[in-house]
Amino acid sequence: MEELMGSLRMISNGNVLLYILKGVGFTLGIAFFAVVLGIIVGTVLALARNYCTKGWTKVFKYIATAYIEVFRNTPLMLWIFIGLVFFPSIEFPQDVSKFFGLSRTELAVLFKAIIALVLFTSSVIAEIVRGGLNSIPKGQFEAAYSQGFNFFQTLWLIVLPQTFRNIVPTLLSQVITTVKDTSYIANIATAELMGRTFQLIQISPNFTGLSTQNVSDVFVLCGLACVIYFVINFTLSCVVRHMQKPKKKTAVVAVTE
Amino acid sequence: MFDAEKWGLVWTHRQTFIDGTISTLLMALFGLALAMVIGVVIGLMATSHTKPLRVIARVYVETIQNTPVMLQALFLFYAVTFSGVKGFSALICGIIALGIYHGAYISEVIRTGIQSVPVGQSEAAYSQGFGQIATMWYIILPQTIKIILPPMVNQVVNLIKNTSCMFLAGGAVDLISRTNAFAVGEGTGSAAGQCYIIGGIIFFAICFPLSMLASHWEKRLKARDTVSVPVQKKADDITDAELDMIISGSGEGGEH
Repeated sequence: MEELMGSLRMISNGNVLLYILKGVGFTLGIAFFAVVLGIIVGTVLALARNYCTKGWTKVFKYIATAYIEVFRNTPLMLWIFIGLVFFPSIEFPQDVSKFFGLSRTELAVLFKAIIALVLFTSSVIAEIVRGGLNSIPKGQFEAAYSQGFNFFQTLWLIVLPQTFRNIVPTLLSQVITTVKDTSYIANIATAELMGRTFQLIQISPNFTGLSTQNVSDVFVLCGLACVIYFVINFTLSCVVRHMQKPKKKTAVVAVTE
Repeated sequence: MFDAEKWGLVWTHRQTFIDGTISTLLMALFGLALAMVIGVVIGLMATSHTKPLRVIARVYVETIQNTPVMLQALFLFYAVTFSGVKGFSALICGIIALGIYHGAYISEVIRTGIQSVPVGQSEAAYSQGFGQIATMWYIILPQTIKIILPPMVNQVVNLIKNTSCMFLAGGAVDLISRTNAFAVGEGTGSAAGQCYIIGGIIFFAICFPLSMLASHWEKRLKARDTVSVPVQKKADDITDAELDMIISGSGEGGEH
Protein backbone atom coordinates (compact mmCIF):
# COMPACT_ATOMS: atom_id res chain seq x y z
CA MET A 1 0.00 0.00 0.00
CA GLU A 2 2.82 2.33 0.93
CA GLU A 3 4.46 1.50 -2.39
CA LEU A 4 1.34 2.48 -4.28
CA MET A 5 1.13 5.76 -2.35
CA GLY A 6 4.75 6.41 -3.32
CA SER A 7 3.98 5.78 -7.00
CA LEU A 8 0.97 8.06 -6.87
CA ARG A 9 3.08 10.71 -5.12
CA MET A 10 5.44 10.48 -8.07
CA ILE A 11 2.88 11.27 -10.75
CA SER A 12 1.31 14.04 -8.69
CA ASN A 13 4.73 15.70 -8.66
CA GLY A 14 4.47 18.77 -10.92
CA ASN A 15 7.88 18.30 -12.51
CA VAL A 16 7.18 14.68 -13.41
CA LEU A 17 3.82 15.60 -14.90
CA LEU A 18 5.37 18.39 -16.94
CA TYR A 19 8.06 15.97 -18.13
CA ILE A 20 5.41 13.51 -19.30
CA LEU A 21 3.29 16.25 -20.85
CA LYS A 22 6.26 17.47 -22.90
CA GLY A 23 6.67 13.88 -24.05
CA VAL A 24 3.06 13.90 -25.28
CA GLY A 25 3.83 17.10 -27.16
CA PHE A 26 6.82 15.47 -28.83
CA THR A 27 4.78 12.37 -29.73
CA LEU A 28 2.05 14.44 -31.38
CA GLY A 29 4.50 16.80 -33.07
CA ILE A 30 6.68 14.02 -34.46
CA ALA A 31 3.67 12.03 -35.71
CA PHE A 32 2.17 15.11 -37.40
CA PHE A 33 5.48 16.03 -39.01
CA ALA A 34 6.06 12.47 -40.21
CA VAL A 35 2.59 12.13 -41.72
CA VAL A 36 2.68 15.51 -43.50
CA LEU A 37 6.11 14.83 -45.02
CA GLY A 38 5.03 11.24 -45.65
CA ILE A 39 2.01 12.41 -47.67
CA ILE A 40 4.23 14.61 -49.87
CA VAL A 41 6.91 11.98 -50.48
CA GLY A 42 4.36 9.17 -50.66
CA THR A 43 2.28 10.94 -53.31
CA VAL A 44 5.36 11.48 -55.49
CA LEU A 45 6.29 7.81 -55.08
CA ALA A 46 2.75 6.61 -55.86
CA LEU A 47 2.52 8.78 -58.99
CA ALA A 48 5.92 7.56 -60.16
CA ARG A 49 4.98 3.93 -59.58
CA ASN A 50 1.61 4.25 -61.32
CA TYR A 51 2.22 6.59 -64.25
CA CYS A 52 5.93 6.49 -65.21
CA THR A 53 5.32 3.61 -67.58
CA LYS A 54 6.63 4.83 -70.92
CA GLY A 55 10.17 4.84 -72.32
CA TRP A 56 12.99 6.14 -70.15
CA THR A 57 10.62 7.31 -67.39
CA LYS A 58 10.25 3.65 -66.43
CA VAL A 59 13.42 4.18 -64.39
CA PHE A 60 11.38 6.24 -61.91
CA LYS A 61 8.78 3.51 -61.70
CA TYR A 62 11.43 0.94 -60.81
CA ILE A 63 13.04 3.24 -58.24
CA ALA A 64 9.70 4.01 -56.59
CA THR A 65 8.67 0.33 -56.57
CA ALA A 66 11.99 -0.74 -55.06
CA TYR A 67 11.78 1.98 -52.40
CA ILE A 68 8.21 1.08 -51.43
CA GLU A 69 8.82 -2.66 -51.29
CA VAL A 70 12.11 -2.39 -49.38
CA PHE A 71 10.67 -0.12 -46.70
CA ARG A 72 7.40 -2.05 -46.41
CA ASN A 73 9.17 -5.35 -45.84
CA THR A 74 11.75 -4.29 -43.27
CA PRO A 75 11.07 -3.12 -39.71
CA LEU A 76 11.11 0.53 -38.66
CA MET A 77 13.64 -0.35 -35.95
CA LEU A 78 16.21 -1.31 -38.57
CA TRP A 79 15.91 2.10 -40.23
CA ILE A 80 16.12 3.92 -36.94
CA PHE A 81 19.38 2.11 -36.16
CA ILE A 82 20.70 2.70 -39.67
CA GLY A 83 19.79 6.36 -39.29
CA LEU A 84 21.64 6.56 -36.00
CA VAL A 85 24.84 5.28 -37.59
CA PHE A 86 24.68 6.73 -41.11
CA PHE A 87 22.52 9.85 -41.27
CA PRO A 88 24.45 13.12 -40.95
CA SER A 89 24.62 14.71 -37.52
CA ILE A 90 23.10 18.14 -37.74
CA GLU A 91 24.51 20.79 -35.42
CA PHE A 92 21.44 22.57 -34.15
CA PRO A 93 21.98 26.06 -32.70
CA GLN A 94 21.85 26.36 -28.92
CA ASP A 95 18.61 28.35 -29.06
CA VAL A 96 16.79 25.61 -30.93
CA SER A 97 17.82 22.85 -28.54
CA LYS A 98 16.90 25.07 -25.59
CA PHE A 99 13.47 25.64 -27.13
CA PHE A 100 12.87 21.90 -27.27
CA GLY A 101 14.35 21.36 -23.81
CA LEU A 102 16.89 18.80 -25.04
CA SER A 103 20.66 18.83 -25.23
CA ARG A 104 22.21 19.37 -28.65
CA THR A 105 23.34 15.75 -28.97
CA GLU A 106 19.89 14.50 -27.94
CA LEU A 107 18.27 16.71 -30.55
CA ALA A 108 20.66 15.50 -33.26
CA VAL A 109 19.86 11.84 -32.41
CA LEU A 110 16.12 12.59 -32.30
CA PHE A 111 16.35 14.26 -35.70
CA LYS A 112 17.94 11.13 -37.22
CA ALA A 113 15.19 8.95 -35.77
CA ILE A 114 12.51 11.27 -37.15
CA ILE A 115 14.05 11.11 -40.64
CA ALA A 116 13.95 7.30 -40.42
CA LEU A 117 10.29 7.48 -39.37
CA VAL A 118 9.48 9.80 -42.29
CA LEU A 119 11.18 7.48 -44.80
CA PHE A 120 9.29 4.50 -43.39
CA THR A 121 5.90 6.23 -43.18
CA SER A 122 6.13 7.62 -46.73
CA SER A 123 6.40 4.08 -48.14
CA VAL A 124 3.18 3.08 -46.37
CA ILE A 125 1.38 6.26 -47.42
CA ALA A 126 2.57 5.72 -51.01
CA GLU A 127 0.61 2.45 -51.08
CA ILE A 128 -2.47 4.14 -49.61
CA VAL A 129 -2.31 6.89 -52.25
CA ARG A 130 -1.83 4.28 -54.96
CA GLY A 131 -4.92 2.46 -53.75
CA GLY A 132 -6.79 5.75 -54.05
CA LEU A 133 -5.42 6.44 -57.54
CA ASN A 134 -6.44 2.98 -58.72
CA SER A 135 -10.00 3.55 -57.52
CA ILE A 136 -10.44 6.52 -59.88
CA PRO A 137 -12.24 5.25 -63.01
CA LYS A 138 -10.34 5.51 -66.29
CA GLY A 139 -13.18 7.54 -67.76
CA GLN A 140 -12.06 10.51 -65.64
CA PHE A 141 -8.78 10.63 -67.54
CA GLU A 142 -10.46 10.17 -70.90
CA ALA A 143 -13.02 12.87 -70.18
CA ALA A 144 -10.30 15.29 -69.06
CA TYR A 145 -8.19 14.61 -72.17
CA SER A 146 -11.20 15.13 -74.41
CA GLN A 147 -11.64 18.56 -72.82
CA GLY A 148 -8.07 19.48 -73.75
CA PHE A 149 -6.43 18.98 -70.33
CA ASN A 150 -2.86 17.74 -70.51
CA PHE A 151 -1.57 14.95 -68.28
CA PHE A 152 -0.37 17.12 -65.40
CA GLN A 153 -3.50 19.27 -65.40
CA THR A 154 -5.60 16.11 -65.32
CA LEU A 155 -3.66 14.80 -62.34
CA TRP A 156 -3.65 18.05 -60.41
CA LEU A 157 -7.19 19.27 -61.13
CA ILE A 158 -9.19 16.08 -61.67
CA VAL A 159 -7.58 12.94 -60.29
CA LEU A 160 -5.65 13.95 -57.16
CA PRO A 161 -8.52 15.92 -55.52
CA GLN A 162 -10.81 12.88 -55.86
CA THR A 163 -8.06 10.54 -54.69
CA PHE A 164 -7.38 12.48 -51.52
CA ARG A 165 -11.07 12.85 -50.73
CA ASN A 166 -11.42 9.07 -50.95
CA ILE A 167 -8.41 8.20 -48.83
CA VAL A 168 -8.88 10.66 -45.95
CA PRO A 169 -10.19 7.95 -43.56
CA THR A 170 -7.33 5.59 -44.43
CA LEU A 171 -4.82 8.40 -43.97
CA LEU A 172 -6.27 9.15 -40.55
CA SER A 173 -5.89 5.48 -39.57
CA GLN A 174 -2.30 5.84 -40.69
CA VAL A 175 -1.92 8.76 -38.25
CA ILE A 176 -2.95 6.35 -35.47
CA THR A 177 -0.31 3.87 -36.64
CA THR A 178 2.30 6.62 -36.82
CA VAL A 179 1.51 7.83 -33.30
CA LYS A 180 2.16 4.26 -32.15
CA ASP A 181 5.27 3.99 -34.34
CA THR A 182 6.83 7.02 -32.66
CA SER A 183 7.31 4.78 -29.63
CA TYR A 184 10.11 3.01 -31.52
CA ILE A 185 12.12 6.22 -31.25
CA ALA A 186 12.45 5.43 -27.53
CA ASN A 187 15.08 2.86 -28.47
CA ILE A 188 17.64 5.53 -29.23
CA ALA A 189 16.38 8.86 -27.87
CA THR A 190 14.47 10.08 -24.84
CA ALA A 191 12.04 12.69 -26.03
CA GLU A 192 8.57 11.33 -26.70
CA LEU A 193 6.08 9.70 -24.34
CA MET A 194 7.39 6.14 -24.53
CA GLY A 195 11.03 7.13 -23.98
CA ARG A 196 10.15 9.37 -21.06
CA THR A 197 8.02 6.66 -19.45
CA PHE A 198 10.94 4.24 -19.73
CA GLN A 199 13.29 6.87 -18.29
CA LEU A 200 10.98 7.54 -15.33
CA ILE A 201 10.73 3.82 -14.51
CA GLN A 202 14.53 3.65 -14.35
CA ILE A 203 14.80 6.51 -11.86
CA SER A 204 11.49 6.12 -10.02
CA PRO A 205 13.04 5.92 -6.49
CA ASN A 206 14.08 9.58 -6.88
CA PHE A 207 10.43 10.61 -6.85
CA THR A 208 8.60 8.00 -4.79
CA GLY A 209 10.57 8.70 -1.62
CA LEU A 210 11.14 4.95 -1.28
CA SER A 211 14.47 3.21 -1.66
CA THR A 212 13.48 0.59 -4.22
CA GLN A 213 11.79 0.34 -7.61
CA ASN A 214 8.39 -1.23 -7.08
CA VAL A 215 5.93 -3.01 -9.30
CA SER A 216 3.38 -0.29 -8.53
CA ASP A 217 5.66 2.27 -10.23
CA VAL A 218 5.49 0.19 -13.39
CA PHE A 219 1.72 -0.05 -13.21
CA VAL A 220 1.20 3.64 -12.53
CA LEU A 221 3.66 4.94 -15.15
CA CYS A 222 2.88 2.44 -17.91
CA GLY A 223 -0.81 2.72 -17.09
CA LEU A 224 -0.69 6.50 -17.45
CA ALA A 225 1.16 6.22 -20.76
CA CYS A 226 -1.39 3.65 -21.99
CA VAL A 227 -4.27 5.95 -21.07
CA ILE A 228 -2.66 8.90 -22.89
CA TYR A 229 -2.01 6.86 -26.05
CA PHE A 230 -5.52 5.46 -25.85
CA VAL A 231 -7.17 8.87 -25.56
CA ILE A 232 -5.22 10.23 -28.55
CA ASN A 233 -5.81 7.23 -30.79
CA PHE A 234 -9.37 6.46 -29.77
CA THR A 235 -10.37 10.05 -30.53
CA LEU A 236 -8.80 9.71 -33.97
CA SER A 237 -10.48 6.36 -34.64
CA CYS A 238 -13.86 7.83 -33.65
CA VAL A 239 -13.25 10.60 -36.20
CA VAL A 240 -12.44 7.96 -38.83
CA ARG A 241 -15.64 6.05 -38.10
CA HIS A 242 -17.70 9.24 -38.17
CA MET A 243 -16.25 10.15 -41.57
CA GLN A 244 -16.95 6.74 -43.07
CA LYS A 245 -20.70 6.87 -42.40
CA PRO A 246 -21.83 9.76 -44.64
CA LYS A 247 -19.50 8.42 -47.33
CA LYS A 248 -21.98 5.66 -48.08
CA LYS A 249 -23.45 7.42 -51.10
CA THR A 250 -20.10 8.24 -52.72
CA ALA A 251 -18.85 4.72 -52.19
CA VAL A 252 -21.93 3.29 -53.86
CA VAL A 253 -21.45 5.43 -56.94
CA ALA A 254 -17.99 3.92 -57.31
CA VAL A 255 -19.40 0.42 -57.00
CA THR A 256 -22.29 0.75 -59.43
CA GLU A 257 -20.20 2.26 -62.20
CA MET B 1 31.26 -0.97 -48.82
CA PHE B 2 33.13 -3.59 -50.87
CA ASP B 3 35.88 -3.96 -48.31
CA ALA B 4 36.67 -7.66 -48.18
CA GLU B 5 38.03 -7.38 -44.66
CA LYS B 6 34.75 -6.01 -43.27
CA TRP B 7 32.66 -8.65 -45.01
CA GLY B 8 35.08 -11.17 -43.56
CA LEU B 9 34.37 -9.79 -40.11
CA VAL B 10 30.63 -10.28 -40.69
CA TRP B 11 31.32 -13.83 -41.92
CA THR B 12 33.32 -14.75 -38.80
CA HIS B 13 30.41 -13.54 -36.66
CA ARG B 14 27.79 -15.24 -38.81
CA GLN B 15 26.50 -17.10 -35.78
CA THR B 16 25.10 -13.79 -34.45
CA PHE B 17 22.87 -13.44 -37.48
CA ILE B 18 21.87 -17.10 -37.55
CA ASP B 19 20.88 -16.98 -33.87
CA GLY B 20 19.04 -13.73 -34.41
CA THR B 21 17.10 -15.11 -37.37
CA ILE B 22 16.18 -18.24 -35.46
CA SER B 23 14.91 -16.35 -32.41
CA THR B 24 13.00 -13.87 -34.59
CA LEU B 25 11.34 -16.77 -36.40
CA LEU B 26 10.64 -18.57 -33.13
CA MET B 27 9.07 -15.46 -31.66
CA ALA B 28 7.03 -14.90 -34.81
CA LEU B 29 5.86 -18.52 -35.01
CA PHE B 30 4.72 -18.90 -31.41
CA GLY B 31 3.45 -15.32 -31.32
CA LEU B 32 1.37 -16.05 -34.41
CA ALA B 33 -0.02 -19.25 -32.90
CA LEU B 34 -1.10 -17.35 -29.77
CA ALA B 35 -2.45 -14.47 -31.87
CA MET B 36 -4.52 -16.90 -33.95
CA VAL B 37 -6.09 -18.45 -30.86
CA ILE B 38 -6.88 -15.04 -29.34
CA GLY B 39 -8.00 -13.70 -32.72
CA VAL B 40 -10.47 -16.51 -33.38
CA VAL B 41 -11.91 -16.39 -29.85
CA ILE B 42 -12.30 -12.60 -29.80
CA GLY B 43 -13.48 -12.53 -33.42
CA LEU B 44 -16.25 -15.06 -32.68
CA MET B 45 -17.15 -13.17 -29.50
CA ALA B 46 -17.47 -9.96 -31.53
CA THR B 47 -19.99 -11.60 -33.85
CA SER B 48 -21.95 -13.51 -31.22
CA HIS B 49 -25.56 -12.78 -30.28
CA THR B 50 -24.74 -12.17 -26.60
CA LYS B 51 -24.18 -8.52 -25.85
CA PRO B 52 -21.72 -8.84 -22.92
CA LEU B 53 -19.42 -10.97 -25.12
CA ARG B 54 -19.52 -8.35 -27.86
CA VAL B 55 -18.72 -5.61 -25.35
CA ILE B 56 -15.74 -7.53 -23.95
CA ALA B 57 -14.40 -8.13 -27.46
CA ARG B 58 -14.85 -4.46 -28.38
CA VAL B 59 -13.05 -3.22 -25.25
CA TYR B 60 -10.18 -5.65 -25.81
CA VAL B 61 -9.71 -4.67 -29.44
CA GLU B 62 -9.92 -0.93 -28.82
CA THR B 63 -7.54 -1.00 -25.86
CA ILE B 64 -4.90 -3.08 -27.60
CA GLN B 65 -5.12 -1.42 -31.01
CA ASN B 66 -4.83 2.08 -29.62
CA THR B 67 -1.65 1.59 -27.59
CA PRO B 68 1.83 0.82 -28.96
CA VAL B 69 3.12 -2.77 -28.83
CA MET B 70 6.42 -1.57 -27.36
CA LEU B 71 4.62 -0.10 -24.36
CA GLN B 72 2.59 -3.30 -23.87
CA ALA B 73 5.75 -5.41 -24.03
CA LEU B 74 7.56 -3.14 -21.57
CA PHE B 75 4.55 -3.12 -19.26
CA LEU B 76 4.27 -6.91 -19.29
CA PHE B 77 7.99 -7.51 -18.83
CA TYR B 78 8.47 -5.10 -15.92
CA ALA B 79 5.19 -5.98 -14.24
CA VAL B 80 6.20 -9.65 -14.17
CA THR B 81 9.88 -9.26 -13.30
CA PHE B 82 9.28 -6.63 -10.59
CA SER B 83 6.68 -8.91 -9.05
CA GLY B 84 9.55 -11.21 -8.28
CA VAL B 85 8.98 -13.91 -10.90
CA LYS B 86 12.29 -15.54 -11.78
CA GLY B 87 13.18 -16.79 -15.25
CA PHE B 88 10.71 -14.74 -17.26
CA SER B 89 12.78 -14.42 -20.42
CA ALA B 90 12.50 -11.66 -22.97
CA LEU B 91 11.72 -14.25 -25.63
CA ILE B 92 8.65 -15.54 -23.78
CA CYS B 93 7.55 -12.02 -22.95
CA GLY B 94 7.89 -11.07 -26.62
CA ILE B 95 5.78 -14.05 -27.70
CA ILE B 96 2.99 -13.15 -25.27
CA ALA B 97 3.10 -9.45 -26.14
CA LEU B 98 2.99 -10.15 -29.89
CA GLY B 99 0.19 -12.67 -29.37
CA ILE B 100 -1.93 -10.17 -27.44
CA TYR B 101 -1.25 -7.29 -29.83
CA HIS B 102 -1.74 -9.09 -33.12
CA GLY B 103 -4.58 -11.18 -31.68
CA ALA B 104 -6.60 -7.95 -31.58
CA TYR B 105 -5.85 -7.24 -35.24
CA ILE B 106 -6.55 -10.80 -36.36
CA SER B 107 -9.86 -10.76 -34.49
CA GLU B 108 -10.86 -7.68 -36.51
CA VAL B 109 -9.92 -9.46 -39.73
CA ILE B 110 -12.03 -12.45 -38.74
CA ARG B 111 -14.96 -10.28 -37.63
CA THR B 112 -14.94 -8.39 -40.94
CA GLY B 113 -14.80 -11.67 -42.81
CA ILE B 114 -17.73 -13.21 -40.94
CA GLN B 115 -19.84 -10.06 -41.25
CA SER B 116 -19.21 -9.86 -44.99
CA VAL B 117 -21.28 -13.04 -45.44
CA PRO B 118 -24.91 -11.94 -45.86
CA VAL B 119 -27.25 -12.64 -42.92
CA GLY B 120 -29.50 -14.58 -45.29
CA GLN B 121 -26.90 -17.35 -45.40
CA SER B 122 -27.14 -18.14 -41.70
CA GLU B 123 -30.92 -17.65 -41.73
CA ALA B 124 -31.17 -20.18 -44.55
CA ALA B 125 -28.92 -22.57 -42.64
CA TYR B 126 -30.99 -22.24 -39.43
CA SER B 127 -34.16 -22.88 -41.41
CA GLN B 128 -32.58 -26.10 -42.68
CA GLY B 129 -31.99 -27.24 -39.12
CA PHE B 130 -28.28 -26.39 -38.77
CA GLY B 131 -27.20 -25.42 -35.25
CA GLN B 132 -25.19 -22.29 -34.51
CA ILE B 133 -21.84 -24.09 -34.51
CA ALA B 134 -22.67 -26.19 -37.57
CA THR B 135 -23.72 -23.04 -39.44
CA MET B 136 -20.43 -21.38 -38.55
CA TRP B 137 -18.37 -24.41 -39.55
CA TYR B 138 -20.12 -25.55 -42.74
CA ILE B 139 -21.66 -22.34 -44.13
CA ILE B 140 -19.98 -19.18 -42.88
CA LEU B 141 -16.30 -20.09 -42.37
CA PRO B 142 -15.70 -21.66 -45.81
CA GLN B 143 -16.97 -18.45 -47.39
CA THR B 144 -14.87 -16.17 -45.19
CA ILE B 145 -11.53 -17.95 -45.59
CA LYS B 146 -10.91 -16.49 -49.03
CA ILE B 147 -11.81 -12.99 -47.89
CA ILE B 148 -9.64 -12.99 -44.78
CA LEU B 149 -6.53 -14.60 -46.25
CA PRO B 150 -4.89 -11.47 -47.77
CA PRO B 151 -5.26 -9.23 -44.68
CA MET B 152 -4.22 -12.19 -42.52
CA VAL B 153 -0.96 -12.60 -44.39
CA ASN B 154 -0.36 -8.85 -44.06
CA GLN B 155 -0.76 -9.29 -40.31
CA VAL B 156 1.86 -12.04 -40.34
CA VAL B 157 4.30 -9.67 -42.07
CA ASN B 158 3.60 -6.98 -39.49
CA LEU B 159 4.05 -9.50 -36.70
CA ILE B 160 7.47 -10.49 -38.02
CA LYS B 161 8.44 -6.84 -38.28
CA ASN B 162 7.29 -6.21 -34.70
CA THR B 163 9.54 -8.89 -33.19
CA SER B 164 11.93 -6.07 -32.30
CA CYS B 165 9.52 -4.79 -29.63
CA MET B 166 11.53 -6.32 -26.76
CA PHE B 167 14.69 -4.28 -27.37
CA LEU B 168 14.05 -1.69 -24.67
CA ALA B 169 12.97 -3.97 -21.86
CA GLY B 170 14.49 -7.40 -22.28
CA GLY B 171 17.65 -6.81 -24.27
CA ALA B 172 18.90 -8.20 -27.55
CA VAL B 173 17.01 -11.35 -28.52
CA ASP B 174 15.73 -10.77 -32.03
CA LEU B 175 17.52 -10.23 -35.32
CA ILE B 176 17.39 -6.43 -35.35
CA SER B 177 18.62 -6.05 -31.80
CA ARG B 178 21.46 -8.48 -32.41
CA THR B 179 22.38 -6.74 -35.64
CA ASN B 180 22.51 -3.50 -33.72
CA ALA B 181 24.56 -5.03 -30.92
CA PHE B 182 27.01 -6.17 -33.59
CA ALA B 183 27.06 -2.74 -35.24
CA VAL B 184 27.88 -0.85 -32.06
CA GLY B 185 30.00 -3.66 -30.58
CA GLU B 186 33.64 -3.30 -29.66
CA GLY B 187 35.85 -4.54 -32.52
CA THR B 188 32.95 -5.17 -34.87
CA GLY B 189 31.73 -1.56 -35.16
CA SER B 190 33.78 -0.92 -38.29
CA ALA B 191 31.53 -3.26 -40.26
CA ALA B 192 28.29 -1.52 -39.22
CA GLY B 193 27.16 -0.87 -42.79
CA GLN B 194 27.72 -4.46 -43.86
CA CYS B 195 25.85 -5.94 -40.92
CA TYR B 196 22.80 -3.69 -41.45
CA ILE B 197 22.73 -4.77 -45.09
CA ILE B 198 22.77 -8.43 -44.02
CA GLY B 199 20.07 -7.90 -41.38
CA GLY B 200 17.92 -5.98 -43.84
CA ILE B 201 18.31 -8.62 -46.55
CA ILE B 202 17.31 -11.43 -44.18
CA PHE B 203 14.17 -9.53 -43.16
CA PHE B 204 13.33 -8.66 -46.73
CA ALA B 205 13.81 -12.27 -47.80
CA ILE B 206 11.32 -13.41 -45.15
CA CYS B 207 8.69 -10.68 -45.56
CA PHE B 208 8.72 -9.92 -49.29
CA PRO B 209 7.44 -13.35 -50.48
CA LEU B 210 4.62 -13.13 -47.93
CA SER B 211 3.66 -9.62 -49.08
CA MET B 212 3.68 -10.79 -52.69
CA LEU B 213 1.46 -13.73 -51.77
CA ALA B 214 -0.99 -11.40 -50.02
CA SER B 215 -1.28 -8.99 -52.93
CA HIS B 216 -1.55 -11.88 -55.39
CA TRP B 217 -4.52 -13.33 -53.49
CA GLU B 218 -6.05 -9.89 -53.17
CA LYS B 219 -5.87 -9.31 -56.93
CA ARG B 220 -7.39 -12.70 -57.68
CA LEU B 221 -10.20 -12.04 -55.22
CA LYS B 222 -10.94 -8.64 -56.78
CA ALA B 223 -10.91 -10.12 -60.29
CA ARG B 224 -13.37 -12.81 -59.23
CA ASP B 225 -15.60 -10.29 -57.45
CA THR B 226 -15.94 -8.06 -60.49
CA VAL B 227 -17.16 -11.06 -62.48
CA SER B 228 -19.61 -12.56 -60.03
CA VAL B 229 -20.96 -9.72 -57.86
CA PRO B 230 -24.17 -8.26 -59.30
CA VAL B 231 -23.63 -4.58 -60.06
CA GLN B 232 -27.14 -3.52 -59.13
CA LYS B 233 -26.61 -3.07 -55.41
CA LYS B 234 -28.62 -0.52 -53.52
CA ALA B 235 -27.03 1.79 -50.99
CA ASP B 236 -28.81 0.22 -48.04
CA ASP B 237 -27.79 -3.31 -48.97
CA ILE B 238 -24.12 -2.62 -48.45
CA THR B 239 -23.01 -3.82 -45.04
CA ASP B 240 -20.60 -1.87 -42.86
CA ALA B 241 -17.96 -4.52 -43.37
CA GLU B 242 -18.17 -4.21 -47.13
CA LEU B 243 -18.06 -0.45 -46.79
CA ASP B 244 -14.86 -0.74 -44.76
CA MET B 245 -13.36 -2.83 -47.50
CA ILE B 246 -14.44 -0.49 -50.28
CA ILE B 247 -13.09 2.56 -48.54
CA SER B 248 -9.84 1.11 -47.32
CA GLY B 249 -9.12 -0.78 -50.53
CA SER B 250 -9.62 -4.04 -48.64
CA GLY B 251 -6.97 -3.58 -46.02
CA GLU B 252 -4.19 -2.21 -48.20
CA GLY B 253 -1.41 -0.31 -46.46
CA GLY B 254 -1.96 1.06 -42.96
CA GLU B 255 -2.72 -1.14 -40.00
CA HIS B 256 0.32 -2.27 -38.12
